[in-house]
Amino acid sequence: MHFLTSNAPFIAPQNSVQRMMFWVLIALLPGVITMIWQFGYGVLFNIIICLMTALAAEALMLHLRGRPILPFMSDLSAVVTALLLALALPTLAPWWIPFIGALIAIIIAKHLYGGLGYNPFNPAMVAFAVLMVSFPKSMTVWMLPQALQVDSVSFSDLISLVFQQQANPELIDAITAATPLDTMKTQLGLNQTIDEIRSASVFGSLAGTGWQWVSIAFLLGGCLLLAKKIISWHIPVGVLAGLFVISFIAYMSEPGLSPSPTFHLLSGGAMLGAFFIATDPVTAATTTKGRFIYGALIGVLTYIIRTWGGYPEGIAFAVILINMTVPLIDHYTQPRVYGHK
Amino acid sequence: MKLWRFNGGLPSLAEHKNESTHLPIETAPVPSQLVYPLRQHIGNAATALVKVGDYVLRGQKIADAQGLISAPIHAASSGTVSHIADHLIPHPSGFSAPSISITTDGLDKELPPSGQPDFRQLSAADLVSLIREAGIVGLGGAAFPTAIKLDNQSKSRRIDTLILNGAECEPYISCDDRLLKERADKVIEGVNVLLHLLGAKRAILAIEDNVPSTFKAIQTAVNQNNNPAISAAQIPTIYPTGGEKQLIQTLTGKEVPSGGIPADIGIVSINVGTVYAVQQAVIEGKPLTSRIITVTGEGVTTPRNLEVRIGTPISTLIDVCNGYTQDADRLIMGGPMMGFALMNDQIPVVKASNCILVASKHEAVTEKQAMPCIRCGLCASACPVSLLPQQLYWFSRSEQLEKAEKINLLDCIECGCCDVVCPSHIPLVQHFRYAKSALKVQHHEKHLSNVARERFEAREARLAQEKADRAEKSRAKKAALKEKPAKETIDAAISRAKAKKQNPSEGEG
Repeated sequence: MHFLTSNAPFIAPQNSVQRMMFWVLIALLPGVITMIWQFGYGVLFNIIICLMTALAAEALMLHLRGRPILPFMSDLSAVVTALLLALALPTLAPWWIPFIGALIAIIIAKHLYGGLGYNPFNPAMVAFAVLMVSFPKSMTVWMLPQALQVDSVSFSDLISLVFQQQANPELIDAITAATPLDTMKTQLGLNQTIDEIRSASVFGSLAGTGWQWVSIAFLLGGCLLLAKKIISWHIPVGVLAGLFVISFIAYMSEPGLSPSPTFHLLSGGAMLGAFFIATDPVTAATTTKGRFIYGALIGVLTYIIRTWGGYPEGIAFAVILINMTVPLIDHYTQPRVYGHK
Repeated sequence: MKLWRFNGGLPSLAEHKNESTHLPIETAPVPSQLVYPLRQHIGNAATALVKVGDYVLRGQKIADAQGLISAPIHAASSGTVSHIADHLIPHPSGFSAPSISITTDGLDKELPPSGQPDFRQLSAADLVSLIREAGIVGLGGAAFPTAIKLDNQSKSRRIDTLILNGAECEPYISCDDRLLKERADKVIEGVNVLLHLLGAKRAILAIEDNVPSTFKAIQTAVNQNNNPAISAAQIPTIYPTGGEKQLIQTLTGKEVPSGGIPADIGIVSINVGTVYAVQQAVIEGKPLTSRIITVTGEGVTTPRNLEVRIGTPISTLIDVCNGYTQDADRLIMGGPMMGFALMNDQIPVVKASNCILVASKHEAVTEKQAMPCIRCGLCASACPVSLLPQQLYWFSRSEQLEKAEKINLLDCIECGCCDVVCPSHIPLVQHFRYAKSALKVQHHEKHLSNVARERFEAREARLAQEKADRAEKSRAKKAALKEKPAKETIDAAISRAKAKKQNPSEGEG
């Protein structure tokens, strides 16, 4: 009897890119729901616009590059990129912010570098950085967290804000606020002490009102990723440890002028960044040791940007800058191979 | 007993041992035709000792070792040599190679065996030559001539630990398990022979912890044997813990140096099937003519272990297992992780064949849609040698072989762990096998060009030397001429001429 031949191993693969991306999406859900609860449907608009734009851009680019569209679309990587970008954007951003952002992420940061697996920089963070630098004003319109909203915002107001931008300035003033990180930075610049600053209503018991729960939800999702072994602990622990250690040192030496480590860990994009953005395998270091170093560098750089840089939040810039050091980190952290000294 | 953990591996690989392990070993019948490829071990092919038409007996040597790294081959039944020609061999290439075919006569006449139950009276050298003459090679799959392992090593460095490898980490394979269950006492006898031969302090027989009943059988045999140097160890079931390097690390915490052999760290590691063959050869005087083979998979009706005469065509084994099922899709020799697919079942089993896996469509995945590498590093976490497969893949694919070699491509054991965990379904091991062989070719060509260059340079040097010698000779001649004062010669000539003038008569005379 005759048989066809093929090559070992014959065991079916135990994993797929699609499965990994799927679990990342599932793990983002607690954070997404908390954000919608805290900041309203603006989050949903960002998500929908980012998703639709990203998927269309992905299909277009795959077509232009002559790649099979279905297998590559179904890996869900574009969906993850779109969602991460959407969650990083301010909740009342005009519609063209997520639209342009998603185009930059997919077309420039991903496909012009060779598509999935070849991009040196995190696509969502590249898009975020470009938007931040190009449209600083539109990138600050964060809605007040639900607990602090005096007037409830009607759905039609929201629509006109996001899509027509014809809402009256008073309404915008009434429902938006600087983020806690932003407030902290501005007030510290005005020589206020931490205690004075933290007495403002945007600050809650742990960090920013509303924001702290979002951070905790992302932390929970991150734990799910760890439990499902989609990510290893090295990068998130590295990021959080880096951020914690340096902010702890500052806090101990100048308690009146430095926000607490808890504030740093539970504000802005620290948790989202540590578990979902820095862990993007394509742009992160690949060795075990290297990953911890990579994460720690992001944590430290985030603190530096938050404290001394021009922007209140530093995750995006930190990730992009540390992306550049990956080849170096990988080169110097190769594991010792069996039987070698 | 303290155990160590090697990096990565696949702890949760489906084992599929139950299919074949519940039935006792059955002896396969003598086939009408036995085929012996002359190269069925690592090293040089054996040279045929018989010619077409010769009548041979079971246990008769039909091919002899050629050179040090080689092994003789013995007939597994009586009959007549019918061909000595190319025959399909069990090899991933699907090639044919020189083989001896014997048409059996069904009488199964045997050379009278001459065992040495009193092996302690024999010297190590005698035992080694007994083992060499019995044609024993590593039966775990590598087929390295066992005598060399036992011989060179005992000379070069003291061996203190003998490891008996009963860790059948590949899924489906259960031949060593059945052997230990049914013939543990004989295996332990073989261990005694090897301990005596090597002068080692201790022997550890290791099996995985997924077969507790087998462990009991071994314990009983060890206790009955009453040799305190022998112990049995249960090790965690993690593929590829039965790999020689991984097993040594698990049991001793030591690593075999890269490019070295276990003897460099005072260890010899031998598969339990091979130990059984040693027992058979030394104590019962039977050369290696049969082995236990697992026939399994959804493609055979009754999966089980068979005692098979080496040289038997695979089709005979399938018949003993009641034939193929509807699902038979691939014929694999060895396990699903490191085995290779065969083109047809007329191929004979050889000394290295431990398993025939007739896989169904869903048991053997053969087509994977490879996607781009996403650098997730799961391959590196799974690599039992701590390589960076994803980097190796990058360099292998772009033919940067020197770079691949620099990050230790040649340390890859081709276990397939990286391949199985890769979420992008990249056939990593295939890339590495290709890069390794390309590197081998490159090294060989470099070697050849070095030899050619040396030869050329030697020739140039010789020619230059000859030229220099000639120049020196003529220079010396000239110098000698110069040295000899010309005057003397001239004076001599003048005086001769004068003498001539004075005696003209002489000149006329």
